[in-house]
Amino acid sequence: MKYDVILAGVGGQGVLSIAAIIAQAAGQAGLSIKQSEVHGMSQRGGAVESHLRLADHPIHSDLIPTAYADMVLAMEPMEALRYVPFLSPAGVIVTDRTPVVNIPNYPEAEDVYAALEQFPCSRLVDTVQIARDLHAVRSSNMVLLGAASAFLPLDAADLEAAIDAVFGRKGEAVVAQNVAAFRAGREAASVPAR
Amino acid sequence: MERFVPLGNEALAQGALDAGISGMYAYPGTPSTEIMEYVQRSPDAAARNVHRRWSSNEKTAVEAALGMSYAGKRAMACMKHVGLNVAADPFMNAAVIGVNGGLLIVAADDPSMHSSQNEQDSRVYGRFAQIPVLEPSNQQEAYDAARIGFDLSEKYGVPVLIRMTTRLSHSRANVVRQDPIAENDLNIPANLRQFVLLPGVARKRYADLLDKQPSFEREAEQSPLVRYEDGPDKRLGIIACGIAYNYLMENYPGGCPHPVVKVGQYPAPRRLIADLASACDAVLVLEEGMPVVEEQMRGYPFDEGRVHGRLDGTLPRAGELNPERVAKALGHQIEAAYAVPEVVVDRPPQLCQGCPHADTYRALNTALEPYAKGRVFADIGCYTLGALPPFESINTCVEMGASITMAKGAADAGLTPTVAVIGDSTFSHSGMTGLLDAVQAHAPVTVIILDNETTAMTGGQDSPANGVLEQIVSGLGVAQEHVRVITPLPRQHEVNADVIAQELAYEDVSVIIARRECLETARRRKRGQS
Repeated sequence: MKYDVILAGVGGQGVLSIAAIIAQAAGQAGLSIKQSEVHGMSQRGGAVESHLRLADHPIHSDLIPTAYADMVLAMEPMEALRYVPFLSPAGVIVTDRTPVVNIPNYPEAEDVYAALEQFPCSRLVDTVQIARDLHAVRSSNMVLLGAASAFLPLDAADLEAAIDAVFGRKGEAVVAQNVAAFRAGREAASVPAR
Repeated sequence: MERFVPLGNEALAQGALDAGISGMYAYPGTPSTEIMEYVQRSPDAAARNVHRRWSSNEKTAVEAALGMSYAGKRAMACMKHVGLNVAADPFMNAAVIGVNGGLLIVAADDPSMHSSQNEQDSRVYGRFAQIPVLEPSNQQEAYDAARIGFDLSEKYGVPVLIRMTTRLSHSRANVVRQDPIAENDLNIPANLRQFVLLPGVARKRYADLLDKQPSFEREAEQSPLVRYEDGPDKRLGIIACGIAYNYLMENYPGGCPHPVVKVGQYPAPRRLIADLASACDAVLVLEEGMPVVEEQMRGYPFDEGRVHGRLDGTLPRAGELNPERVAKALGHQIEAAYAVPEVVVDRPPQLCQGCPHADTYRALNTALEPYAKGRVFADIGCYTLGALPPFESINTCVEMGASITMAKGAADAGLTPTVAVIGDSTFSHSGMTGLLDAVQAHAPVTVIILDNETTAMTGGQDSPANGVLEQIVSGLGVAQEHVRVITPLPRQHEVNADVIAQELAYEDVSVIIARRECLETARRRKRGQS
């Protein structure tokens, strides 16, 4: 078994914190992990990517080969599209639908959504709205992780345990809020919603 | 042993701690920064009081590490590849002078220039200095390399270079630790003239270094970081250096059918490479960075066309390797299933919303309106992004400290006034000596020190000149009334532009310190307090 994820977003969005939770859960499940990170200049509001590889055998490359990723997991819809050459023909795209417009020539959001809907399996998740409904606006990342979890080869319980491990020192209330956001995201992704 | 999933940089740092290091010296620079940061966070390092303060620059870092080695203890100096240019003087001479306690120099290379001005390959520095170089291929080897390196360094009395590359530095994987060993005792060199590089001593030391070369090659042949892996298909033999080995194996999930020499230590293991070349019809050399081994294999005037790599176009001449580039070199067909849709546009990095540098650049642009464009010399840091729209404020970025000295040189040529823009950390790294040159020459240069009170680009490390900038510039001789401090805020725009305009009109050196804390650092500080 292997599962390769390209995580994408804009510098400062917290791509690495999602990667850390998945890696934590995979480690607990006894899987091998490789996780590359982006440090340095592109963290300043530029496009960032992280390669996360899980397998039940040793992993050689830190980078995912072309057309090999099982998932592109993006915190921004245009950033999801930037990395599709990595996606395998049967791969899935899970992305936040809220654009980050920090460049003057950002395309029309509707055109970005239309491009995403061309893919056989894509999920655009309105994490901002879902988090707002839960009165947990700071947990939108966990909504996205929940949506991804519908596809990841990891038990939801292991991922929730990882959320607990990562947020535990911030107190029970914060953990509960993030777990609720995770569950709402998971539910949202289990049906192909617009 | 507890679960340990470190970055390559963190694995190397923990390896050094477990190998009895007493002092870590570094100046931050991507992709090397996390080595020192890990040691600074380590409770073990704190309990042992391992030296772990940032140095002012890479040269001072290597010199201090050499001093700790002189005193008999194990020391490590870490930097990005171009930092080794700054430290080249102590680096080259430490190779001749030798060491007492083990000394490791770590250079983290950045092929493809993710966050750098060039993609120089530090293995060339290893050859230049004629010392052993270790190039781990994965996180476990990065951990092991520290101990292998210290042992080699003390066995032969030479510094050892460890070459990291971006993808290893910044990728996590599982690592198993070994039992830690104790630090060395204080112990000055038996020969009190060993470290005195007078010509008479230097000639002796250099002869010793040359005598050790065959041993270095033999060590590489027997290194745990080097292996000959036989394979049945001898039409091709493959030399895979450092992280390139992983990309090779990624292309053969069932095992590589060709014989492979995995190279993780230099000087290159000549005997194993000769064995491979004689057993196989052709040889493919896979190396991250420059064609260092490939060039050694290409005998002048011709190599019978048997050697393939970056020099004959089998692999791209520049840029980092990845599984796809290696697959194509192996003759595999690789095609993406999906192309990037046309709707996607570039998203370059930019200054943060509300960044103090942005306010300084707006004020500078206003003050420079009366003058022709092309007179602003800048430096290395977040503020280099001021070259891009909407600011387009700066005209150069070469290397650490070049802003002030280039502005002076252009002023010497008659371009006046000139402006130098330099960050507070870059100024203390290597701006001070250039400012002294400008002061001595009464050069009409307006120096703007962007003082955000941190080393921002690399993640907010302490800036050595924090709190003493005015004293430093005054001490270097800048006239008191031309040391100005401004607060870069939107509401201060008119005032700030006016101050800059006044100093542009002054026909000698002025220094304007634009001081406001980095937003990221302020945010982290507030989060830490809450």
